[in-house]
Amino acid sequence: MAEQTAGAGGKGIGAHLGGHLRENGMILALVAIVIFFTVMVRVTQGVDFLSAQNITNLFLQNSYVIIMALGMLLVIVAGHIDLSVGSVVGFTGAVAAVLTVNMGWPVWAVVPTCLFVGLCIGAAQGYWVAYWRIPSFIVTLAGMLVFRGLTLWLLNGQNVGPFPRSFQSLSTGFIPDAFGVDRPNMTALALVALAAVAILWLGLRARARDQQFGITPEPMIVFTIRNFVITAALLFVGYKLASFRGLPNVVVVLSVLTVLYAFFTESTTTGRRIYALGGNEKAARLSGINTDRLVFLTFCNMGVLAALAGMIVAARLNSSTPKAGVGFELDVIAAVFIGGASMTGGSGKIIGVVVGALIMGVMNNGMSIMGIGIDYQQVIKGLVLLAAVIFDVYNKNK
Amino acid sequence: MATLLEMRGISKVFPGVRALDHVNLTVEAGEIHAICGENGAGKSTLMKVLSGVYAHGSYEGDIFYDGALLANRGIRDSEAKGIIIIHQELALVPLLSIAENLFLGNEVAAKGIINWPKAFQKTETLLKKVGLNEPPTTQVGKLGVGKQQLIEIAKALAKDVRLLILDEPTAALQENDSQKLLDLMLELKAQGVTQIIISHKLNEIGRVADRITIIRDGATVSTLAKSEISEERIIRDMVGRDMANRYPDRDSRPGEVLMEVSGWNVWHPEQQGRQMIRDAGFTVRKGEIVGIAGLMGAGRTELAMSIFGHAYGRDISGTVKMGGKVVDTSSVTKAIAAGLAYVTEDRKHLGLVLDEPIVKNITLANLAGVATRGVLSRGREQQVAEEYRRAMSIRTPSVFQKVVNLSGGNQQKVVLSKWLFADPQVLILDEPTRGIDVGAKFEIYTIMNELAAQGRGVVMISSEMPELLGMCDRIYVMNEGRIVGELSRAEASQERIMSLILKNDGKAEVA
Repeated sequence: MAEQTAGAGGKGIGAHLGGHLRENGMILALVAIVIFFTVMVRVTQGVDFLSAQNITNLFLQNSYVIIMALGMLLVIVAGHIDLSVGSVVGFTGAVAAVLTVNMGWPVWAVVPTCLFVGLCIGAAQGYWVAYWRIPSFIVTLAGMLVFRGLTLWLLNGQNVGPFPRSFQSLSTGFIPDAFGVDRPNMTALALVALAAVAILWLGLRARARDQQFGITPEPMIVFTIRNFVITAALLFVGYKLASFRGLPNVVVVLSVLTVLYAFFTESTTTGRRIYALGGNEKAARLSGINTDRLVFLTFCNMGVLAALAGMIVAARLNSSTPKAGVGFELDVIAAVFIGGASMTGGSGKIIGVVVGALIMGVMNNGMSIMGIGIDYQQVIKGLVLLAAVIFDVYNKNK
Repeated sequence: MATLLEMRGISKVFPGVRALDHVNLTVEAGEIHAICGENGAGKSTLMKVLSGVYAHGSYEGDIFYDGALLANRGIRDSEAKGIIIIHQELALVPLLSIAENLFLGNEVAAKGIINWPKAFQKTETLLKKVGLNEPPTTQVGKLGVGKQQLIEIAKALAKDVRLLILDEPTAALQENDSQKLLDLMLELKAQGVTQIIISHKLNEIGRVADRITIIRDGATVSTLAKSEISEERIIRDMVGRDMANRYPDRDSRPGEVLMEVSGWNVWHPEQQGRQMIRDAGFTVRKGEIVGIAGLMGAGRTELAMSIFGHAYGRDISGTVKMGGKVVDTSSVTKAIAAGLAYVTEDRKHLGLVLDEPIVKNITLANLAGVATRGVLSRGREQQVAEEYRRAMSIRTPSVFQKVVNLSGGNQQKVVLSKWLFADPQVLILDEPTRGIDVGAKFEIYTIMNELAAQGRGVVMISSEMPELLGMCDRIYVMNEGRIVGELSRAEASQERIMSLILKNDGKAEVA
């Protein structure tokens, strides 16, 4: 073991960065894009891109993409795809609207019902993919049409709204200040500070544990810079949010889900098995892994997350429309691939996907503020997706 | 009779292996010439040289065909001269019709537009020649293997074949289909088509061949005329090589019976009515290394994989007992729980997740062993990986190396580590030394001996007879899905194994 530590320790920082180019590169790219838009927006429009209000908006606008990207990563890691999520967003939003607005159900009953509907949709699609081996592209393409149609039918082609305040708070609500100061929101500040400390502490603990087991840790300088960037960004965003209206509810949901999924994918046996299944399904099955059931479960999970996103979108628009969620599947899938997942399955990280979704979100937001037309925006987003994947493939073949 | 083909001093080298070493082969015009040899003797390589798969210049030696030097740049060149090979795996497009397949790449067309009436007419003529009564529009995938084989021959006839090469043409055929094919070969011979047949089935060779050439370890051993062909002679020539002492010594003390398989029957997963394993049974004792010998396609892998979690085949019946008790092995998870492990012959496709590091591959079959309530401990995982790295001497700079970057021998050690970490009582090793160098082979043998010394049972499937003879306490011989014999270490010899295989080749016979 000593010999190995010495041997691997001989590698320089450059070699380490080369091996982790993707992870660290993603974070740098996001920072660069934010700086770019801050400058450009200031120069061209004379407004502050990083204003408290715009940061809040950024999260509210993109929360649904990030939430669904978490589930989509698992689907893609398992070697499949889900094209139906946009339609499922529309459909569950419509179910929520019909239950709440037309039938007067209370929020506490509507939310679990919608999540259950999402679970059933995911299960129905996963069943055909996992146990009948129907290609997921076909099954979910069918699902995309079916659930879009059902959304139209359920809403009679009309918008249904408005929602009661309690439902709207799913998306537009903020965590109230427990300390009563309100501006800045002390609860928000405290939570963000706590999160920053937790990130640092967990990072250091993991390093110490790695060293104890003789795993060569990444060079201290890389660790320090990365954590400095992350915690600084976190504290900055937290401060901005606190000085506006506090932490939006969706940001809390988002953060909790991100941590949960990161833990699930990296540290649980089930998570590991999904990666093995995507990497080599036959070898995984011959190692005693129930691959069919895992595929089924990833689709169930995707359905639940799509339902959650559907409710958040409906709550934000304060009405359910037949067009809600159109094209979302493309944003979500793009975020996962920009985040570094492999097309053939077996690789991809939660943190990469979140950063990938944020890159897409920042670009959407920044280009809109700059007044760039929707035509150019589509072209630019398409090229960014292509460039990110070309970068991956190039690195892999090198 | 004139000489149609003469291959002189053909040598072909692959990185690290000399596949052919000055092979000579002479084929007379109008004869049926058989080529015999063990798995890996070089038969297929020789035919690939002849048919242009390996272009002129990539091998040493000269080929004279029809009196002139043959310099193929590719398959098209050799086909233009009437040399056509039919591979063991048929090269038909299952979703296209018979007519479309017959003229694939050779369409009956003018300026790119296919003349269907003419194509159908030609198809019917060709089908009549091979004795196949099917409409030209029939989809090829809907026909049985026997009929598909006939279509391959018709396809060769469509190209004006002069020298037809058949690589183990009856390996996948039922008895009556085999007979039909042999009859057709004789008919083609009467029409003047020279043929080369690769086969190890003595009864077939005796029926159709005029002469036979035996190849061993990439070199020609002998060419026999029909009158000289005898079973003993062929067997001696096929296996008669020196056996160097390349196996570690072992003090063998088999204990009580650990695993017992009986009445095992398996059917082909896709082809209806094709039985792959017939009433097979075997036992493994504690601390024993048991070999399973047989030629390619004998059903050894199918037997092992069907036992291990029904990973192969359908309508599986029979019992598996572990320590005297009947166990359920109907899923891989259950088979592992019963104490079984199967180390595949195809480690790249079935054994490893190539893009994952060593550490993640080693723990894959027993993740619970490095986790508490479903949460993995990276540290424990790493410790386990380091232990196996040392115990197996896996040569790598780090256990975080992706397995795709390891050599074949080290990859095999990773697969073995994975299964040892699952702590099985019986390990089935399928061709454990295939594609790895001599040094690593010795290490794998040593590991096998250690496993037996720990009181585990080891089943070794191998196509290399010297390896089985050098390692095993007992050897079962398989052929055509049956276990046709059992030899103790003292009884076993290459000749006896070969003769058990060849004598049991008549399909009507029951072992």
